[in-house]
Amino acid sequence: MTDTTTARPPERATGAMSYDYVTRTVAGTLGNPGRGYYTLLGTAVTLLGIGILCLLFLLRYGLGLAGYSMPTYWAVYITCFVFWVGIAHSGTLISAILFLFRSGWRTAVYRVAEVMTVFAVMTAGLFPLIHIGRQWFFYWLVPYPNERGLWPNFKSPLVWDEFAVGTYFTVSTVFLIMGLIPDIAAVRDVATGWRRKLYAVTALGWRGTNEQWRHYRPAYLYLAALATPLVLSVHSVVSWDFAMAQVPAWHETIFAPYFVAGAIYSGCAMVITLLVPLRKFFQLERIVTIRHFENLAKLCLLTGMIVCYAYCVEYFVAWYGGATPEREAFVYRAVGRFWWAGWTMNVCNAFLPWLLWFKKVRTNISALFVISIFVNVGMWMERFVIIAIHLAGEPFEPFVRAGYNATWADWGIMAGSFGWFFMWFLLFVKNFPAVSVAEVKEELAAPRRGAARHA
Amino acid sequence: MKPGPALAAIFHPPPTPGVLGVFGHLDATVEAIRELKRGHATFTVYSPLPRHELEEALDQPVSPVRMFTLVGGIAGCAIGAWLTLYMSYDWPVQVGGKTIGSIPPYVVIMFEMTVLFGALLSLFGVAFNVLLAARHQGTIAYDPRFTNDRFGIFVPAAAAEAGTVEALLKRCGAEEVRRG
Repeated sequence: MTDTTTARPPERATGAMSYDYVTRTVAGTLGNPGRGYYTLLGTAVTLLGIGILCLLFLLRYGLGLAGYSMPTYWAVYITCFVFWVGIAHSGTLISAILFLFRSGWRTAVYRVAEVMTVFAVMTAGLFPLIHIGRQWFFYWLVPYPNERGLWPNFKSPLVWDEFAVGTYFTVSTVFLIMGLIPDIAAVRDVATGWRRKLYAVTALGWRGTNEQWRHYRPAYLYLAALATPLVLSVHSVVSWDFAMAQVPAWHETIFAPYFVAGAIYSGCAMVITLLVPLRKFFQLERIVTIRHFENLAKLCLLTGMIVCYAYCVEYFVAWYGGATPEREAFVYRAVGRFWWAGWTMNVCNAFLPWLLWFKKVRTNISALFVISIFVNVGMWMERFVIIAIHLAGEPFEPFVRAGYNATWADWGIMAGSFGWFFMWFLLFVKNFPAVSVAEVKEELAAPRRGAARHA
Repeated sequence: MKPGPALAAIFHPPPTPGVLGVFGHLDATVEAIRELKRGHATFTVYSPLPRHELEEALDQPVSPVRMFTLVGGIAGCAIGAWLTLYMSYDWPVQVGGKTIGSIPPYVVIMFEMTVLFGALLSLFGVAFNVLLAARHQGTIAYDPRFTNDRFGIFVPAAAAEAGTVEALLKRCGAEEVRRG
């Protein structure tokens, strides 16, 4: 991929760390992380509380509380759904695709990315359920034999989406758990008290015997091989939710690769956003180094350039294609009532990543953190523009240029989704190994007799 | 909460007598494996991480997990095809001018089901094979350092031949040898 630094010998890349140092450092993340961590956790739980409150009102009084108005019936909830599914994608890229590419640097950051994936898909999955209206009938999505003799319409992209996201959640969870087992065993063997009991159960009897590794290794490889096409398919399917519809600015063949690149872009930015505080709270500076941030920034740069190109192509084809509705839709995006949303997206996603061409920026963690926040905002705005704005500005309808205003129910539940995601993420990294123990050791020189390399 | 004796026999087989060697170095472990391969049929190697040196020295047969993945994938694809086609014909509704059993849109479902069942059966394959191997091993000695920074070899041996094994492990560079 973009990583050109894997050619470095692993010894130099990871310094003179010993196996024991890795185990102790990762086990150290399970201790008391200090005030900053609890402040963040408290904020996340508060946001979740706000979201739950809004959701209760929504359940009681119906979707009228959200800002839906003709013709904008897909808005903030679907935006959040696509945003969170997109966030998930870089996790699988780092854990599965880079695993197949034998990228050594992924070992230090892939667990964080994978945990992010699982919880982001979990968050995303809530939104279609909130959005469907009569939420208590959510199980109608599932093809089950019923007295009405009805089945889902498998020609609908919305049903594909249900299968894609359901499979993605299941497979990424399986992949996360597979990777966790040897690491939980490693912390089990140094833990005391109730944690020891918890890890003894969750390590599922892992002892690192040759028989265990013999079956584990190929299975991990096959899971990576299955997850790789899966991750590309999931956001393609999500994009077809739009591209299969006859809405101007939705009905585009570029959507699948455009969405996949955008998803990985936003996900890499989110990994940076999450890693910066995590590294500080848990003193992981020696394991997660500048080099890891630089490589993540390179991934961001690559996918950001693809996104920038996709934006240009969209505008170009809207003009060159000669379809008037398409052209009007893009004029509306640029100078219409919601011009600010369109330009936020352009600036954050297409212009800002150009800064990452400079090595100085790529190796400056504060700069990366700020850019990653902008990319997160920009990518949310991209989905909002595509979904809500283009519905509101749909030309050739009697209610052309209809108004659309999101309400407190939209923003409250969106805030709740951030609280929900960060709560699970923070609880996980505090209670389970947030950095792979076994895989980081694979990057170190093995201890040999007579070799002084092993400090 | 006390399981019956039959259950206890399955989940807690009686300890196997043998010798446990603790190694601090990878090459010493590899040497010991090579030595042991000449004489002893079965022994267990512990390592905190997978190393190709150990795999080469052990020279084990290819894991059957791949068959689980393959069967899971094919079964998933078939289930996806059955699900979409059967359900379409069970309540035939024309949608978008397409035939009732329209394959192209169903490929998406078939693909997702291939991945889902392939992944789930891989997981099952690991669990099944590892548990089977554990049944054959019985309860054997272990040291918590084996998930941290030490390699280990457990050789099942009766009291009479334990001395020979101990000598072999020590000669190859074991830091610590004990009977378990």
